[in-house]
Amino acid sequence: MNSNKPTAYNNRLGLKGWVYAGRYTFERYLYLGHRLSGMGLIAYMVLHIIETANRMRGVEAWQGLMALFASWPFKIIEYLLFAAAVFHAMNGVRLLMTELGFFLGKPKEPVYPYSSSVMRHRPLTYIIMALAGLLIILGGSSLFFP
Amino acid sequence: MIDKTNTPREITFRLRRFNPETDSVPHWDSYALNVPDGMTVLEALHQLKAEQEPTLAWRSSCRMGVCGSCGMFINDLPMLACQTQVLHLGTDVVSVAPLPNYPNVKDLVPNLEPLIEKHAAIKPFIIHTNSKEIDEPTGEFLQTAEERESISQFTHCIKCGLCLAACPTVATDPLFLGPQALAQAYRYTADNRDCGLHDRLEAIDVFHGPYQCHLAGACSQACPKGVDPAFAIQLLKRTLVLDSIGFGKRESSLAKVMPLADVVKAIEEFAPPKRTV
Repeated sequence: MNSNKPTAYNNRLGLKGWVYAGRYTFERYLYLGHRLSGMGLIAYMVLHIIETANRMRGVEAWQGLMALFASWPFKIIEYLLFAAAVFHAMNGVRLLMTELGFFLGKPKEPVYPYSSSVMRHRPLTYIIMALAGLLIILGGSSLFFP
Repeated sequence: MIDKTNTPREITFRLRRFNPETDSVPHWDSYALNVPDGMTVLEALHQLKAEQEPTLAWRSSCRMGVCGSCGMFINDLPMLACQTQVLHLGTDVVSVAPLPNYPNVKDLVPNLEPLIEKHAAIKPFIIHTNSKEIDEPTGEFLQTAEERESISQFTHCIKCGLCLAACPTVATDPLFLGPQALAQAYRYTADNRDCGLHDRLEAIDVFHGPYQCHLAGACSQACPKGVDPAFAIQLLKRTLVLDSIGFGKRESSLAKVMPLADVVKAIEEFAPPKRTV
C-alpha cells in the first residue's frame, strides 16, 4: 500500500452541510436563516462604521453619500437589513426561551412514533415567525410608503 | 407510494464507493435490484453483495435497530439501514453513502472515533461525592420513578452517530462536542445520583460546547431511538445558567443511600404473589 495515500477520506460536509437544509425540518431552515442574518448584521456594522467615517471627508462627500443611500437600490438593501434584524431578533427570542427550557415539555419515556421537543415547541415557532413576518411587512410599508 | 400488490419493484441503488488503497476520492456506482415490499436497505445491500458486488463494504450487526452499527446517509438523510424500508423511501433511485462528518474508512464504513472520543470527554458515568459508598456499597442509591423518568429518554442512546451526521454545526466545526456527547452530559448531570457537573465543566462549558447549538433540530429528527438530543442540549444550557447564578444542584437533593436490608424489604413488599402452580 502506498504510504502517501490517506487511510480514510475526509467526509466532513463543511459549508454544504451548513447551508443545505434539504429535507430536514422547518427549524433547520430557521437555523440557516439565523446564522445568515447574523452574518449580514455583522457585515452591516462594519460597513456602517466605514460609511459614517465618510463624514471626515467633508460635508459634500457626506451629502453625496446620503443622496446615494436615498436611491431605490439602497432602499431595498436597507429593507433587507431591517428584515434580517427583525428575523434575527425574533428567532433569538425563541432560542432564548428554549435555552432556558421553556415550551419544550418534559423528558419522558420515548414511545414510537417518537415526539421531539422540536415538534412540541412548533406552535411557539409559528407564532414568533408570524409576528416577525407582520413586523417585516409593517416596516416595509412605512419605509416604501411613508 | 407503496405497492400494495407486493410485486417487487426495480430500484436503482446509487452506492458511494471508496477504496483507500486505490482511490483518492469516492465515486458513485449504480446497481439495479428488484425490491419486494418490506425489504430494508440493509437487506438490499446484503443481496447486492451476494449477487452483484462482492467487494462492497459496510458495517452492521444486529439488524434490528439496537446496535447502531448500520448508520448510513440514505437519500441525503442519516438513517439506520436496518430500520429503513426501501419502498417507504418512495423513490426509484436510492442513494446510499457513508455517514458524513466522520472519516470514511471504506465504501459505506465511517470511522466513529470522533463520536467515541467526544463521548468519553464528558465523563459519561456517575460521579458521586460519597466515594466510599461507591467503592464499598452498603445499599442502593434511592431513585424515584419520577427522577428516573426525567433522564430516561436520554439513556436510550445507542451511539449510532446519526445525530452528528445530521448536525449542521458539526459539519463546519470539528471541535463542536456534538449532540450525542452533550445529550449524555445532561443525562449524567441530571441524574439525582450524580454531582459531577463541575467535573464536566472543563469539557462542556467551552466555546465549542452547548452554546454552538442553535436548535436546528436535525439531530432529534435523525435519532432512531427517540433520545431527542436537541432537547437535552437545551436542558444542559439551562443547567449551566442556573449553576452559574448559584441555583445548581444542592447536596440535599442528591440520592440517599437505602440500606440493603430495606432494599430487600421493599422488593418483598412490591413483589408479585408467589406462584402456586
